Amino acid sequence: MQPMKIETLTQSIGEWLRGTGPESDIVMSSRVRLARNLPQYPFVSRASEQDRADIERFLRERIAMSPAGPGLESIDVGGLEEIDRQFLVERQLISREHADAQGARSVAIDKLEQVSLMINEEDHLRIQCIHSGLDLRGVWEQIKVVDEQIEQFVPYAFHPRFGYLTACPTNVGTGIRVSVMLHLPALVITRQIDKVFRSLHKISLAVRGLYGEGSQAMGDFYQISNQTTLGKSEEELVEQVGDVVPVLIDYERRAREFLVRETEQNVHDQVSRAYGILRTAQTISAEETMQLLSRVRMGVLLGLIGDVKIADINSLLVRTQPAHLQKIRGIELDTKDRNIERARYLRQHFEVGGHNVN
Amino acid sequence: MKCQQCEKQAVFHITELETGAVRELHLCEDHARVYLNQAEGAPGAAEGAEEDAESSGAAGQLGVGQTADELAALDQKACDMCGITFFEFRNQGRLGCPHDYVQFAKELEPLISNIHGATEHTGRKPSRSQQTAAAAAAAGTAELTGVIGIRREMKEAILCEDYEKAKESRDAIRAIEDRWIPPARPE
Repeated sequence: MQPMKIETLTQSIGEWLRGTGPESDIVMSSRVRLARNLPQYPFVSRASEQDRADIERFLRERIAMSPAGPGLESIDVGGLEEIDRQFLVERQLISREHADAQGARSVAIDKLEQVSLMINEEDHLRIQCIHSGLDLRGVWEQIKVVDEQIEQFVPYAFHPRFGYLTACPTNVGTGIRVSVMLHLPALVITRQIDKVFRSLHKISLAVRGLYGEGSQAMGDFYQISNQTTLGKSEEELVEQVGDVVPVLIDYERRAREFLVRETEQNVHDQVSRAYGILRTAQTISAEETMQLLSRVRMGVLLGLIGDVKIADINSLLVRTQPAHLQKIRGIELDTKDRNIERARYLRQHFEVGGHNVN
Repeated sequence: MKCQQCEKQAVFHITELETGAVRELHLCEDHARVYLNQAEGAPGAAEGAEEDAESSGAAGQLGVGQTADELAALDQKACDMCGITFFEFRNQGRLGCPHDYVQFAKELEPLISNIHGATEHTGRKPSRSQQTAAAAAAAGTAELTGVIGIRREMKEAILCEDYEKAKESRDAIRAIEDRWIPPARPE
């Protein structure tokens, strides 16, 4: 397992942003994470500085010697500047909590950015796997193998009744969180989204924004995930989330059809204006960019905008985030200058017809 | 398009699918609010709730049905291994070490039942040594969590300059780790 430099990531984009896979017009990505802990140490929040360093080294070395090791590269998150940690959060390779934590911590990732192993997040080990489009079964099959490979070299804290033991009782048992990220602009425009959320809460599913906080402001992207982790098998929990996705896809498709049928001029006008602003603005915030990219994304899928690729929009959603923008440009900027630079980046991107611009 | 209930412009377009049949509603803001409140009951259901809020809320539920005295006694209880008190757990919403699930099993069970609607894990089990895997993993966890307590004793012994005791602790930790941590393999 080699150490990795953040800079190599600015040249590429994660596999989960490719906009491929089943239902990828609505389902951005499918993700599963597993929470695991070592029995011989306190949980992270109660571990001393020395404990955290020992946990980090033990897990990093053990992962490296497991069959999963050769495909992974390691990043010392504790030793990174804040902007680099933010970069990894935007990329969904680490969580906000992992970025903001204290002490020794690291992440191991594979070349496709499908697998990421966070050491010393809330739990000693968080294994995450993410695929583009709706592919929960594929994600589960992949993460199961990684978990088994690591387990050959790592003793996991396990209880005969409570299952895998976690720092928070909300994760105990399977330690699994299954989630899908959905793009639901038409349900937002037709103001049905709150109703959908309330129905999901009733069946014990949680709804979060793109990066966990703020919702509408983050461009109509929502994560649906399971809330319970005990009493059902991993497969059942994968199915619980998987079963509701086609229903949501159907709602969103109907809402899109409704918009086109009943308010075509209006929708066409909205997406064209959004596209116009992205191509011509001189200064623009990350939030506005995301909101407009969301509208354009819908416009492309409805056939109202012809010359833009979905993969490009997906990529821009991440690359116009504050840390990405600064890493790509290679300079640190304050908010005001970032907004000017973001507008310039977007103009350059769309000028050359939707091809990748660095 | 006009609201189906009054003369105002319809701004809410609702597609009802719940009963299987599709029904479309076009309502102004006021009538939509009335309709949605009727349909859903409790307004402002939590959306985008954070994990932190969920877990501290969960820990907060412990108070239900217990007297102040009972709670005070419970709060004093501490884990033999990591030393966390139940009070600290209730405040932070995070446990101190895996042994807490054994030490506080009785207290955690109603909480776990509340969160998950179940108290029995039915999913995957550690599979290292096929047949006895789960039992071995549980036994290994029981012994390895002991290391957390011994490590604390070792630190105290070093502080007291009782190096004989510290050495015994170190050897005890090694013995347990040798027994339960799978052998390393060169990379």
